[in-house]
Amino acid sequence: MQLLTKAILVVAALALAACNNPRGGDYDEPTGGMGGIGSSALGDPSDPTSIAYFNQTIGDTVNFTVDSSELSPQAMTILRTQAAWLARYPDYQILIEGHADERGTREYNVALGARRAARVEQFLIQEGVSAARLRTVSYGKERPIEVCAEQRCWDLNRRAVTVVSR
Amino acid sequence: MTQISRRPVLGLLAGLALAPRAALAQQPLRIEITEGVIEPVPFAIPDFVPENAAGGEYAASIARVIANNLSSTGLLREIPTSAHIGRIGSFDSPVQFSDWRAISARALITGAVRVNGQQITVKFRLFDVVSGQQLGDGLQLDGSTQAWRRMAHRVSDQVYMRLTGESGYFDSRVVFIAESGPANNRRKQVAIMDQDGENVQYLTDGTALAFAPRFSPTGDRILFTSYETGFPRIYLMDVASRSRQMIGDQPGTMTFAPRFSPDGLSVVYSLSVDGRTDLYMLNVASGQRWQLTQTEAIDTAPSFSPDGQRLVFESDRSGNSQLYTMSLQGGTAYRVSQGQGRYSTPVWSPRGDMIAFTKQHNGRFHIGVMRTDGSNERLLTASYLDEGPTWSPNGRVIMFTREEPGSNASLMSVDITGRNLRRIPTPGPASDPSWSPLLP
Repeated sequence: MQLLTKAILVVAALALAACNNPRGGDYDEPTGGMGGIGSSALGDPSDPTSIAYFNQTIGDTVNFTVDSSELSPQAMTILRTQAAWLARYPDYQILIEGHADERGTREYNVALGARRAARVEQFLIQEGVSAARLRTVSYGKERPIEVCAEQRCWDLNRRAVTVVSR
Repeated sequence: MTQISRRPVLGLLAGLALAPRAALAQQPLRIEITEGVIEPVPFAIPDFVPENAAGGEYAASIARVIANNLSSTGLLREIPTSAHIGRIGSFDSPVQFSDWRAISARALITGAVRVNGQQITVKFRLFDVVSGQQLGDGLQLDGSTQAWRRMAHRVSDQVYMRLTGESGYFDSRVVFIAESGPANNRRKQVAIMDQDGENVQYLTDGTALAFAPRFSPTGDRILFTSYETGFPRIYLMDVASRSRQMIGDQPGTMTFAPRFSPDGLSVVYSLSVDGRTDLYMLNVASGQRWQLTQTEAIDTAPSFSPDGQRLVFESDRSGNSQLYTMSLQGGTAYRVSQGQGRYSTPVWSPRGDMIAFTKQHNGRFHIGVMRTDGSNERLLTASYLDEGPTWSPNGRVIMFTREEPGSNASLMSVDITGRNLRRIPTPGPASDPSWSPLLP
C-alpha cells in the first residue's frame, strides 16, 4: 500500500510537471487548455513552500473506485494534509481537476469528473480552505495519466488532482 | 456549393427512354431494406460519357463516387468495369441489355458529363436490366465544377430512392473530432467531411481540447464543447464562415453536451455545479434559459424527439446510468431502458420511432436501438468500446465511435438491421461523429 501510494505520487507529480509545461512533449501546439490557470515554476522539492513539495511530498492526487465519488480513508488523509499545507501558504490558488477512466461514455465521464472534483472541493472547504481560492474542472476521460486497457490503468485514471499555482 | 439545380429534363430524356417491354410482366427491380437477409443486388456503372473534352476529367470520377456510395450500403454489389462486355458510347443510344444480362447485372446506371467553364452538367439514367425498363426518368443536374462530388451524391440518392423507395443519405456531411498526439494528451479538433470521408476540413485549430460536435437541423451550424477557457464551455459555430460564439456559460459552472432543438432556435445542454449535473434549455437569440431537470444526479446527453415535444436523456438518478424521456412542458421523467447494464448517449431517430444508445454490460460496449418506450431493444455491435451513435438522415444507418485496446479511435457505421458494419475512412484517428441532414 505504502509503495503503491508512493508510485501514485510520483506518477501524479510527473503528470503535473507535464501540465505546467504545456509546450513540452511531442508537438509544438499548447496542450488542451490544461489547468485553466497559467503555468508556475515548480520550485525545489526540498523547499516546503514549493509546488514540487506539494505535489510530491504532500501528494496532489486522490483516487476513486468505479463510478464513485466517495472519498476513501486514504484519500481523506491526503486531503487533510493538503488542507493544512494550503492553510500555511495562503498565496496559492487551487484548481481541482476531476478525471474518469475510459470505461464510460464521454459526456457522462465529464459529469462524473465534475462530481469527483466537487467532492474534493467540498472536503477541502470543510477542512478550512477558503472557497474563494478553489475552482474545479472536469476532464472526463480525456486526460488519462496511464494508458492501457487494464484495471491498473483505470484505477490510476479515476482521480482528482489538486493543482496549486500562484 | 448549393447552386445545384435539380432539373428533370422530362420531355427530352424520358421521351428517348426505351419503350417498356410489355411482354415482360415482371415486377420492377425493388430492394426491400427491412428484409432480414439480403443478397446484394449486382449493378454496373460504366464511366459516364464525356459530352465534351472538359467533361472527360470527371467522367470516371463521378461514376466511382456513385459506385462507392451504393456499394457501401451493403444492399448493392458493383460488377467491376473490367468485367463489362457492353459499352455506353452515347448517353442517348439504346442500351443493349443482353450485354448487361450476360454479366448478371440487375441494375445499370448510365450517365454523361459536360463541363463549360466552371459549370458542370451531369445526366443519369437507371435501368432494370432484367426487364429492360428504365426506372424513373432521366435526370439532369447542373452546378459548379467544385460541387461535382455533391452531384455524384445526388445521383446516388436518386438511385437509392428509386431502388428502395426511401430517401437516401449520400448528399450529407459528418462533423467529428479529428484526434492526434499521445493518448494521455490527445489533440482534438472539430472537423467536417462528406459522408463518405472525403473533403475533410478542420474547423478548430486543436489548441484547445474539443469534443462531441452536433449539427443544427439545417446543417449550417454546429455546437461543440471546448476547453478554450480552460473549462468546458459550449460553442456555436457557423460552418460557412467559421465564426463562433460561446453560449450558455455561467461563471463557476461547467457546460457541455449541447444539442439543437428541431426548430434550431434552442439548445439543450448539461450544466454542472457543485457536483450536480442538470439539463438546461437556452433560447439562442434571446439568451433566456430554463432549467429542465433538478436532481442531485447526473442528467446529460439529451436528444430531442423530431417533433420537438420530448427529450430523451441519460441519468444516474436510479444509481447507475439509464435512459429517460420527458415532455418539454415539464413533468415526470420516465425511465425507458429496462435491460441489464448501463445505458447512455440516447439519440432519437429522425423518423421518431426509435432511440439509438450506447450500452455497457459485462465489460463490453454496444450500440443498440430500442423503441421510444424502451421495448424491442436490439444490440447492433459489441466491442471493447463503442459509443456515441448518430443517425443517417433517412434513419437506416448509424455511425459511431469505436476504440479497441492499443489502437486509435475510428468511425464505424452499421445498418439498423445490425448488418453491414464498416469503417468510415478518415485521415487519422477520429471520434464523436454527428451526421447532418440531407443538404439543401
